[in-house]
Amino acid sequence: MNDSDPRTTTPLLEVSDLKTYFRTERGTVKAVDGVSFSLQRGQSLGIVGESGSGKTVLSRSIMGLLGRTNLIREGSIKFNGQELMGLSVKEMRSIWGQEMSMIFQDPMTSLNPVMKIGRQIAEPLMLHLGMNKSEARLTAEKLLTDVRIPEPQRRLNQYPHELSGGMRQRVMIAIALACGPTLLFADEPTTALDVTVQAEILHLINEQRVDRNMSLILVTHNIGVVAGNTDVIAVMYGGKIVEKAPTKTLFSSYKMPYTEALMRSIPKLRQASHTRLATIPGRPPDMVNPPLGCNFAPRCAYARPKCLVEEPGLTVTENPEHVYACFYPVGSPEYHERKLELSQRSDLLSTGGQN
Amino acid sequence: MAGTGKAHLRNSPDVLLSVNDLVVEFPVARTGLKVNAVSGISFDVIKGETLGIVGESGCGKSTTGRAIMQLPAPTSGSIDFNGQELTTLSKDEMRDARTKIQMIFQDPISSLNPRRKVRDIVLEPLLVWKRGTQEERDILVNRILEDVGIDPQRAAESYPHQFSGGQCQRISIARSLVLDPQMIICDEPVSALDVSVQAQVINLLENLKAKYGLTLIFIAHDLAVVKSISDRVLVMYLGKMCELASSDDLYARPSHPYTNILVDSIPEPDPEVIYAPTAVMGEPPSPINPPAGCRFNPRCPNVQDRCRVEEPEMREIAPAHFVACHNPLTY
Repeated sequence: MNDSDPRTTTPLLEVSDLKTYFRTERGTVKAVDGVSFSLQRGQSLGIVGESGSGKTVLSRSIMGLLGRTNLIREGSIKFNGQELMGLSVKEMRSIWGQEMSMIFQDPMTSLNPVMKIGRQIAEPLMLHLGMNKSEARLTAEKLLTDVRIPEPQRRLNQYPHELSGGMRQRVMIAIALACGPTLLFADEPTTALDVTVQAEILHLINEQRVDRNMSLILVTHNIGVVAGNTDVIAVMYGGKIVEKAPTKTLFSSYKMPYTEALMRSIPKLRQASHTRLATIPGRPPDMVNPPLGCNFAPRCAYARPKCLVEEPGLTVTENPEHVYACFYPVGSPEYHERKLELSQRSDLLSTGGQN
Repeated sequence: MAGTGKAHLRNSPDVLLSVNDLVVEFPVARTGLKVNAVSGISFDVIKGETLGIVGESGCGKSTTGRAIMQLPAPTSGSIDFNGQELTTLSKDEMRDARTKIQMIFQDPISSLNPRRKVRDIVLEPLLVWKRGTQEERDILVNRILEDVGIDPQRAAESYPHQFSGGQCQRISIARSLVLDPQMIICDEPVSALDVSVQAQVINLLENLKAKYGLTLIFIAHDLAVVKSISDRVLVMYLGKMCELASSDDLYARPSHPYTNILVDSIPEPDPEVIYAPTAVMGEPPSPINPPAGCRFNPRCPNVQDRCRVEEPEMREIAPAHFVACHNPLTY
């Protein structure tokens, strides 16, 4: 993606060829392997992928939240024009909270169990914004009202265990919003919650994003969660972005066979019960020894010899916002040819009896 | 919702499992209080059928599944399995009955013994029950491992940690099949798996159900998954029944306000579907002190005075569609 067109405003976040590797006993784990994207102010980006696809490491790598030992981190992360790569923890502190903040998956373990809610929200306010105790307390109360926690004054004096999971996640959101960040990361913010609570939390995050003109990076394994809540979706597989498009485009005209397989494997409410689900054979690649060519090729129904040896780069479609990494994308002649072969083969199989 | 009643029970000779007025309570230590986990649930399952049970955390769906297995035995109620009353069986008799009802759990990795080879894990039930000769056992175990898509050779050499989550769930399924059960209770069997693997396991369960003539109880919080695999779905809330219908009917025409909210809350993987979930007021109340009347009344958008005092009973509002609500949505 090249956003150097002078007519567009400079993006809030510009990530170029970001690599994040971990040295382990088994070898180097290439968790994030050359990811580039940019995000405009006020825009929301969904990052979708299965476990091990690198989506969480990507968001933590951008924020600089990974430990320093046995970590290899290369590439460039420009935030508001400033290069973040190579900044010390001390320098990052002026960014964390006020510029970027994160909501984590598990609201139970992300809060300090022995500190009252009020102090946990007030802490960043005093530390980053230099507020005194009473100002911070007033602001904390207002934040709790913003995230729609009833009786905020009483809640300030409670401990996390006195709150339900949904309430705790609201507190996490309040903390993340406390210092007025311009970019909010939400890493599986609703995975630990019930569906009715999930709906409320997603609504809240979106509402706050619009009110505060924040950018949002929503990381999730659930395609349903990003469908209604993001402007752009990036699909990750094996440490790379394999397709990225505006949300509606991605759903209506995906190009990457992995995206197709992912969409088809989800049970949908609109389908009749006992509808046979499409599956993806095999399992995600081992990131210590990723496959030679395309990471998805060993599991891909449309893979050809070239896919196993050569890695596809990102191809831009007619829509410059829509990119994908595939030699034989959905809709290509090779794709149709293979699809025909597959349907003939499955006809043969079904007449042959079992399974 | 908070309903009781038995209008939805079927009088069919093919009923394999019939649960009546199931109550499970857990004492709260040193307080004299009790958690009302399940408070008067009745349902039946016909041979070859898949019953889905859905609800949010704490609604009692897992407790219901475990109570059938007498793990632990319910506080009251009757559970009739194939003409046998499970609640009054002796320990030995129940042990025997458990070979016919098996369970699969949510976390496939922690439900397998990490120190034993996979093939031995699958073989063990046969040794415990002294079934068949060694040769017969070997043939059976190999066949079942192949049926669930695990290479028997690899299973003989490897430990659970050498398999992925999806494969471990396949191994759990294999273990549950070796004693030739009539019913399998699946408690959130795919919640811990990635979507691509989840679809593999759901398809596998459908295949095995047909091949081995199984009856399934499928407990999960993911409504789309439950709809996909079930013939009938029971919606639970705070230890009570809300609604029971065929799965297509339930999702097409939810008539309990709670079911409606649940169905509405699911983010559909389609940006054209405008995601505007009906707001639910607050969160579920404590099962230690559940609300009087309908247990859903404090959160219900359609609440009336009657709902606060009188508990609704299950009634048939359309053929084979049952709801426990005084004021159901128009069908």
